[in-house]
Amino acid sequence: MMSDSIVNTEEKLELTKEDFVSDQMVKWCPGCGDHAILSSVEKVFPKLGVRKEDFVVVSGIGCSSRFPYYMNTYGIHGIHGRAAAIATGVKLSNPKLCVWMITGDGDCMAIGGNHFIHMVRRNIDLNILLFNNKIYGLTKGQYSPTTPRGTRTKSSPQGTFEQPFYAGELVIGAQGNFFARAVDNNPKMMVEVMFEAAKHTGASVVEILQNCVIFNNRIHDMITNRETKHDNQLMLRHGKPMIFGKNKEKGIVLEGTQLKVVKIGENGYGPDDILVHDQSNPDPGIHVMLSRMKPPDFPAAMGVIRSVKAKSYEQEMTDLIEHSKKDSKIKSTQDLLQSGNTWTI
Amino acid sequence: MSTKKNKLVEKREDVVIRFAGDSGDGMQLTGSLFSDSTAFAGNDFATFPDYPAEIRAPQGTVAGVSGFQVHFGHTNIHTSGDLADVLVAMNPASLKANLRWLKDNATIILDTNAFVEKAFEKAGYDDNPLEKEELQGYNIIKAPISEMTKKAVQDLDLEVKTALKSKNMFALGVVLYLFNRKLDKVFHAFEEKFRSNPVVVEANKRVLQAGFNFAETVEAINPTFNVEPAELAKGLYRNITGNTATAWGFIAASENSGRQLFLGSYPITPASEILQELTKHKELGVKALQAEDEIAGICSAIGASYTGSLAITTTSGPGLSLKSEAIGLAVMTELPIVIVDVQRGGPSTGLPTKSEQSDLMQALFGRNGDCPAIVIAAKSPTDCFYAAYKASKISMEHMTSVILLTDGSLANGSEIFKIPSVSDMEKIEPPLAKANDKKFKPYRRDEEKLRRQWAIPGTEGLRHRVGGLEKDSVNGNVSHDPVNHQLMTDLRARKVEKVADYLPEQEVIGNESGELLVVSWGGTYGVMLTAVEEMLKEEKNIGFAHFSHINPLPRNTEDIFKRFDKILVCELNNGQFINWLKMNFSHNNYFGFNKVQGLPFMVSELKRRFNELLSK
Repeated sequence: MMSDSIVNTEEKLELTKEDFVSDQMVKWCPGCGDHAILSSVEKVFPKLGVRKEDFVVVSGIGCSSRFPYYMNTYGIHGIHGRAAAIATGVKLSNPKLCVWMITGDGDCMAIGGNHFIHMVRRNIDLNILLFNNKIYGLTKGQYSPTTPRGTRTKSSPQGTFEQPFYAGELVIGAQGNFFARAVDNNPKMMVEVMFEAAKHTGASVVEILQNCVIFNNRIHDMITNRETKHDNQLMLRHGKPMIFGKNKEKGIVLEGTQLKVVKIGENGYGPDDILVHDQSNPDPGIHVMLSRMKPPDFPAAMGVIRSVKAKSYEQEMTDLIEHSKKDSKIKSTQDLLQSGNTWTI
Repeated sequence: MSTKKNKLVEKREDVVIRFAGDSGDGMQLTGSLFSDSTAFAGNDFATFPDYPAEIRAPQGTVAGVSGFQVHFGHTNIHTSGDLADVLVAMNPASLKANLRWLKDNATIILDTNAFVEKAFEKAGYDDNPLEKEELQGYNIIKAPISEMTKKAVQDLDLEVKTALKSKNMFALGVVLYLFNRKLDKVFHAFEEKFRSNPVVVEANKRVLQAGFNFAETVEAINPTFNVEPAELAKGLYRNITGNTATAWGFIAASENSGRQLFLGSYPITPASEILQELTKHKELGVKALQAEDEIAGICSAIGASYTGSLAITTTSGPGLSLKSEAIGLAVMTELPIVIVDVQRGGPSTGLPTKSEQSDLMQALFGRNGDCPAIVIAAKSPTDCFYAAYKASKISMEHMTSVILLTDGSLANGSEIFKIPSVSDMEKIEPPLAKANDKKFKPYRRDEEKLRRQWAIPGTEGLRHRVGGLEKDSVNGNVSHDPVNHQLMTDLRARKVEKVADYLPEQEVIGNESGELLVVSWGGTYGVMLTAVEEMLKEEKNIGFAHFSHINPLPRNTEDIFKRFDKILVCELNNGQFINWLKMNFSHNNYFGFNKVQGLPFMVSELKRRFNELLSK
């Protein structure tokens, strides 16, 4: 979010990364993707035009959820799965605050699944960074709700036999209006996507494909490594055709009711056949399909997959309060106590 | 039935009346209209609805009987009453369900049109109960209520089903005559309630009048009763239920503390009315979130508390269980929050519409770790207003979690409420940290209350993090230092204990010392007081201490206990407060009186138990 009300127009805010770096030792494992995400957030915050006192960073439990301690802002390190509910309370209590929620795949899709989908459904104006490493890291290596079927983990010694969630599909299914994705080894992409999330009013979910070096190393390797990333990442741009590949030679077309990867110039597919991305289309159909794409059959979609305008919950609430205040004869508790049937003795 | 009779009027100090019918018969409305009329007659009164857990249980069965009891008097009324003087029974099932709650010589008003073969069977009678011996000794007023209701509205062109909806007003008309009340206030209420439907107003008026006229002419109603106005302190009064009073207490605390009120709550019987009431008051800036579950209710409140709101969450027993972990977070972060538990019968889903006091131990201890919270209990429907206010004050001024225990009886029961002056209530002064205070440290605390400061997001120079991990006792950074954890555990405990310095002394009613001290807490106050007052009139050696502050307990509690030979702890659970007292104060002669039936104490059974423990 970046509502006008909290942009300090009186004095120019000249904030830098240093304004947000905390004095606490960052205790994530060396090589963990979280370091790069933290660094990107520190780059984004100073540029949002928000006073540093107006940021609140809220998290649940898990490796990612230590995040608030590493940001020199107001912050709450909550309890497992409840970040969405806590952040909802923060935002409703003071809609002027710029609230960021940090969560992981276990935190927000397993134990906190209920809060997560309802926060999205209500369209609370929060920016949500969902670190998806497809594993439980802090509890040392059990499978999570996004772990691919068949993965052997400490709690699935013969391989998981659960169907995983696709974060984007879940968000859009929960009536989400904003979903974006980035990879943890591309700071530029993370910064860009975080900006878009901040600009969007309402619940803005950013899934970051994050690597856990200890318990699930290289889980996103096909998407993120230098050799294969061009073939496995599709950077979406609103109004632009969905083209990818090292030489921009591939594209996505809609055939029947399904997406398909084609080579441009082959089998009769020309540049005009390639789907043009419309992030603002209220119809979730294509957005869901894009969010489910994954290698080897498809590239993973990056950038803003869906960004549809809708009024936020707290704006609705604020408006109702304003109208009620104007319309009601009850102006104080005393008026309330004396309203309705009373009698004097 | 046509001749005017010679009217006799008998004076009564207090009367208990019970309206009973099918859950669709409108008994709650009948009861509340009678209460309004009682208010205008100047009596003190208390009410209690008694309805089934199902919304519409099978018609005509005992399970589907809905009741509403009103106790009113010339004297001060402390409870909604044990046994009724008057019963209105709209069908055989209502009679069957309520006969055991009647005084020996009670008056029973019943709808003879509903006393037919098929209905006997549904109610579980083998034949007509009106011909049974068990009804001997009662003054039975048989009225063909359904038939006369239909007649009263026959030219209004209503369907039979619609016409019969007014039959509860026929019964009310009879009752109003019985107590020499006027009809105009009720007419006025019809005009208000059914404003959009003039035919319904007219139908109800006619039926009410028909009931009144029937009573005036029928021989059976003689004498009628008169209950003189009560001697109440001068002032402006209203009728209020415990749940509404709770909601309004928080609104008052919000206004007097200057902190916006935020509620996060999930609907649960019998607490939902607090959520419903608070959602109505957006005009006073109240923010109420109906959360997706109990956990989100409290977690959103914790977020709002961090952000500077007076933050509350409301629930009942099973919901309190779900909130346990989050209460731990509130205790750990030392943020103010009030958790209201409107207790009901447990464990598990238990008896959702019945009242109990069995969440006391849960409130005191139901969390992981050493996790102390303030526990307060409201003692009457109107006290819920003050208890909610007090809970908010303690929570914010001491930066603690407060659990406020009410119960189903208080929540749905009503009594008359002398409207206080909000601006004259005790001030509430939260310890807000000042912008750019160079000395600010998140966990630095004052010596007097051991509270930390409340530093609210948006304030310059106070950025800090809180969370569930143990924190350094001053700077608030995450700390795994063993000595610090010991210190913080002690500090959290001492901060709660220190609240006792700000509590009023425990009062004793009756004898200040002697053979027997009877002790109770929470919602049993009214019935305990009634029983004790009767004992004192009988010159029995008895003292009475009713506790509103459960944790911490008032400082003078032990001194009081030492002055008595025997201590009898009466509670609607299997012995929870007595064990809390035993943990705190050694005494050789603790006795318990426990009832776990989903029903309130009765004055008679309390007195029996008191007398058992008295030597003379």
